[in-house]
Amino acid sequence: MDLLWSGLRQAFALVTGGDPEVWAILRLSLQVSGSATLIALGLGIPAGAALALARFPGRALVVSLVNTGMGLPPVVVGLFVTLFLWRSGPLGGWEILYTPAAIVLAQAVIAAPIVTGITLAAVQQVPEKFRLQLLALGASRAQMVRVTLREARLPMLAAVMAGFGGVISEIGASLMVGGNIKGQTRTLTTAMVLETGKGNFEVAIALSLLLLALVFLVNWALTAIQQRRAG
Amino acid sequence: MRPAAVLAVADVRVSYGGADVLDVAALEVRAHEVLGVIGPNGSGKSTLLRVLGLLEAPARGEVRWRGRAVRAADALEARRRMATVFQEPLLADMTVAANVALGLAFHGVGGDEREARVARWLARLNVAPLRDRRARTLSGGQAQRVALARALVLEPEVLLLDEPFAGLDQPAREALIPDLAAILREHRVTTVLVTHDRGEAQALADRVAVLIGGRVRQLDATADVFHAPASEEVARFVGVETIVSGRVVAREAGVTLVDVAGRRLELAAEVPAGARVRLGIRPEDVTLARPGDAAPASSARNRFAGAVARVTPSSPSVRVLVDCGFPLVAAVTPRSVADLGLAPGAPVVATFKASAVHLIAADVWLDTVARPGV
Repeated sequence: MDLLWSGLRQAFALVTGGDPEVWAILRLSLQVSGSATLIALGLGIPAGAALALARFPGRALVVSLVNTGMGLPPVVVGLFVTLFLWRSGPLGGWEILYTPAAIVLAQAVIAAPIVTGITLAAVQQVPEKFRLQLLALGASRAQMVRVTLREARLPMLAAVMAGFGGVISEIGASLMVGGNIKGQTRTLTTAMVLETGKGNFEVAIALSLLLLALVFLVNWALTAIQQRRAG
Repeated sequence: MRPAAVLAVADVRVSYGGADVLDVAALEVRAHEVLGVIGPNGSGKSTLLRVLGLLEAPARGEVRWRGRAVRAADALEARRRMATVFQEPLLADMTVAANVALGLAFHGVGGDEREARVARWLARLNVAPLRDRRARTLSGGQAQRVALARALVLEPEVLLLDEPFAGLDQPAREALIPDLAAILREHRVTTVLVTHDRGEAQALADRVAVLIGGRVRQLDATADVFHAPASEEVARFVGVETIVSGRVVAREAGVTLVDVAGRRLELAAEVPAGARVRLGIRPEDVTLARPGDAAPASSARNRFAGAVARVTPSSPSVRVLVDCGFPLVAAVTPRSVADLGLAPGAPVVATFKASAVHLIAADVWLDTVARPGV
């Protein structure tokens, strides 16, 4: 228990004292996971909406693949993104392995199916009759899709929460494609693993508190929007 | 001259899973009329409305807008000349005013004109005070008024209504129907009203199409459909509850005498002697009295003594089945049931006019049969 208490005390000192290394790690994590979430939203919302509204042969299979993708193990994504970005790999020419861009790419791959799947479910829970009603008021297909997405906006906030929550917390992919390089690709989770391994529990605890606070703040803000609109 | 058709279907067929749900050779919606489409549940009414509204493409046949077949390329433009209101209001999760503005935005109407039209139609449907409310906080009746305003604000050339009152409670319905009737009359909006409720069709429609099993069984002026049904199926659907068979015995003094199960019925229609006929009588045309009571001063030619076989409460009147040699259904008020002591076995006298007996079918050539009022 002593270890825990002294760890917590030192952690607070680190956070409140504005330790430059801790804050740099926090900033990088936010930038990387925020960018990855934005990319995932950009890809996943149109894909989810299209899957919800289109009817084509093999649609059920694609939906199953998306749902499987929602549970992609980050370490598997890390492995394949590493292989793609390896000097001799298909994307080796980009030369971004062990840079923040590689982590953004891997996290976007993790988050995109999550956003797609939640968008798909959110758009599907808008009754088909509602979409028919929009067409019956003279909506073009694009106008119908836009208003339908607007109608599904509250459940779709869950896509933002789940996407961001998933990538800010993952470690396998960040470690593999980022390499945990100090000052360059060290994120909250990879730093936590390193510091714990070195026995620097107070730093690990400080980082874990920051991570929890971050996830809480993002979800609290989005939930507040969701509940206010729904009320 | 016959009024021009705004919207029409020709040779339209729709099937789901191999079964035909709609098979209509021809149906025209004329300018400025209210065309009622009635029929039992599952008869294809809503499917017909979706086809007319270009919301569902039929497997075969075509939809014509002012005489020209609508092609896929100009479907959106034709769709924008119409507006549909469904049974559920299906409002978007935004304010009332934003909902009513939705279709105008689709049509590219903006600015002051949009504001003015939204305000005008909210007021016309008596929902102006609700303009800033969120749509999902409205009652069923308010929501349906907003849904109607959202369609009417487009000033559509054809308004399509799919059971717009079916989801409302009685007071909301009774308030909304006259309001809508007044708007349709004032603006002479060409309207197709799909309903399973005969009363709504009678209150609003100029002509009525009876759809049974996906086919149009009769299309006539509203009064004719209800008073001169073309077939037994239609007769049953429009509320002719007594349907009997008989043989014409004679034609004398302007009435046709028909033998029905040994009793003599008088019928206004002219049918030659010897013909076999099917006759229908609406329950509200039959009057019941106690056997001892003086015959009421009326021109009722048909008067039969019988006994009550069954009393069935049904809103708003009570159905009394009388056995007077043949089964005859009368609709009476709950008060009459008490006053006349109508209970199974009670003796009773049933009367109805010769003009209340409708000729549904005869085994003679129909052109030799003159039906009054047709």
